[in-house]
Amino acid sequence: MSLLEVKDLKVRVEEREILHGLSLTVNPGEVHAIMGPNGSGKSTLSHVIAGKPGYEVTGGEILFRGEDLLEMSPDERAAKGVFLAFQYPVEIPGVATMNFLHVALNAQRKARGESQLTTPEFLKKAYAAAASLNIPRDMLKRGVNVGFSGGEKKRNEILQMALFEPAVCILDEMDSGLDIDALRVAADGVNALRSQGRAMVVITHYQRLLNYIVPDFVHVMSKGRVVKSGGKELALELEASGYAQFEDAA
Amino acid sequence: MNVALVKNETGSALSDSFAIARDRLPGADKVAAAREAAFAAYAQAGLPHRRIEDWKYTDLRALMREVLPLAPAPDAAEFSRAASAAKLHAIEGVRRLVLVDGVFAPKLSELGGLEKGLGIRTLREVLETGDAALQTLLFTPDNANPMVALNSAMMTDGVVIDVADGVVLTQPLQIVHIASGTVPAAMFTRSLLRLGKDAGATLVESYIATEGAKAYQVHDSLIISIGNNSRLDHVRLNEDGRDAFNISSGVVSLGAHAHFNTFGMMSGAGVSRYQATIVFAGEGSRVETNGVNLLNGKQHADTTLFMDHAVPHCDSREIFRAVVDDRAHSVFQGRIIVRPHAQKTDAKMMTRALLLSDDAEADNKPELEIFADDVTCGHGATTGALDESLLFYLRARGLSEKEAQALLIQAFVGEAIESIVNDGLRELAIAAAQRWLEARG
Repeated sequence: MSLLEVKDLKVRVEEREILHGLSLTVNPGEVHAIMGPNGSGKSTLSHVIAGKPGYEVTGGEILFRGEDLLEMSPDERAAKGVFLAFQYPVEIPGVATMNFLHVALNAQRKARGESQLTTPEFLKKAYAAAASLNIPRDMLKRGVNVGFSGGEKKRNEILQMALFEPAVCILDEMDSGLDIDALRVAADGVNALRSQGRAMVVITHYQRLLNYIVPDFVHVMSKGRVVKSGGKELALELEASGYAQFEDAA
Repeated sequence: MNVALVKNETGSALSDSFAIARDRLPGADKVAAAREAAFAAYAQAGLPHRRIEDWKYTDLRALMREVLPLAPAPDAAEFSRAASAAKLHAIEGVRRLVLVDGVFAPKLSELGGLEKGLGIRTLREVLETGDAALQTLLFTPDNANPMVALNSAMMTDGVVIDVADGVVLTQPLQIVHIASGTVPAAMFTRSLLRLGKDAGATLVESYIATEGAKAYQVHDSLIISIGNNSRLDHVRLNEDGRDAFNISSGVVSLGAHAHFNTFGMMSGAGVSRYQATIVFAGEGSRVETNGVNLLNGKQHADTTLFMDHAVPHCDSREIFRAVVDDRAHSVFQGRIIVRPHAQKTDAKMMTRALLLSDDAEADNKPELEIFADDVTCGHGATTGALDESLLFYLRARGLSEKEAQALLIQAFVGEAIESIVNDGLRELAIAAAQRWLEARG
């Protein structure tokens, strides 16, 4: 069974159709890149998979391990193993990062019928994950993403990926706002989490990120559809020729 | 219905009540005369209504309708229920002083082994046998505010605390108001804290009810006098029963280089109003007054603060947060006056309300009256709903809708709660907020 299957998905936002029948199949262990120009519907796809309110699905379906994902609340999806790394992680003043991570992990574990992690158990796990991502402990005491640099915010997203151990990670424009060094650190973090059972969907405008996170498959989106799919060489081809050819084709 | 008629009806019913209660009220001669004058002032004004600017949002004629008769003295069964309630809300390491249905309960209070320089008496005792100076201090508030006047007229008991010059108490004091009565009634209490020079104390006030307590009215007031170079930390937690009324007043005066840090949380009572007047009487003093309203159902809670910068070189900070759900109504009125000679005043006030339902209401009325020209003053007020993008982020991380809301509400009220200096009391306020969040389901 596929891990994630998007079938002929049609999505509207306020009367305007953004996705016009998009299909995508992701199997365990695979890394898929979704590329496309601004406004092609990449972020809409990531939001609909995660369950963000404000999108109306007018056709098609999304299955996660064969189950209807669209019937689930965002928190149910998270507990099942769907993770969205946000393009713009929000700042939550007054909620300490450590407390947030603990509450979230235990909420997911509770939903799966697993035991709750005590504070010492959690701290051990969190500090180990933070150390591997070069995240100082001081950062974990601050409010969630409050005063974090762009790179720190992205590393905080990857830290959550490491702690929650999701089955599918959707990385929405992970490279936006990062300089090359920050990008490398973030990509190293993601690569460390690649595994046989875990799939990743990397959404990006630029090919650059794919030098660091090398995909198995590349899909080109334009005007709400996947217009071309191929191997990692497709990304390089795009780098040379640009998106214009696909915009005409779509 | 015509207003004069309403006034007459409530006025006369209460006059009877006052006449009946008079013999039970402690104090003779001057005290009795002061009571008579206070009652006359109240009877003339009647219950405050919405056409009085200060009571615009809290129309007691509509919300309270009448002042209930004075509660009978508690019997053995009531004391026993109160004892259980006191135990349930006990705070470790705190000296507890308990009032049951408006009557001081020595058996439930801890009066032994008082620290040197700490004096504790009951209001009844002071009104009956106290010295004239203390009695005068007890009648500090004038009768301009009808609910304060009513309290002056009817006060039956309370706690009078004296902290001598140079004494810094190590153990916090707690005044616990417990309502236990099985018949609807009113209790009228007044307490006083006199802090000498170079002294320090921590005072907690709690309002709770026993199981089975009927709709009751709390009419309370607290008079605080803080001497030069002294510091008072004050926490007020209202967890009254849901059909209770609580009208409380604070009258605070600070000497020079004094510090008053106060925090109030209203999560109980059906209708409540806390009105405090804080007067800077000496230079170089500082006040932080912070509060949180956590309301749901049909609760109505009003916090009305009057900060009087009467002298130069004083600082005041007000941080107020309201979380309002269902059809509840939160009111914050903050008035700051900077008198003509009060140069170098630094006064700031920030109030924010979070509305959790379409029917919830929050009214913020900040007022600045500045008569000096070299001052730093500011205020801000915001009202809004929970941020959808924050809620989605938390839900995408596995928190249910209620869990995500709870975390954001805790963060919202956190800034006000963080201001409590004493670790134990801060934990207490956090626990009270958590109880409210858990009760939301």
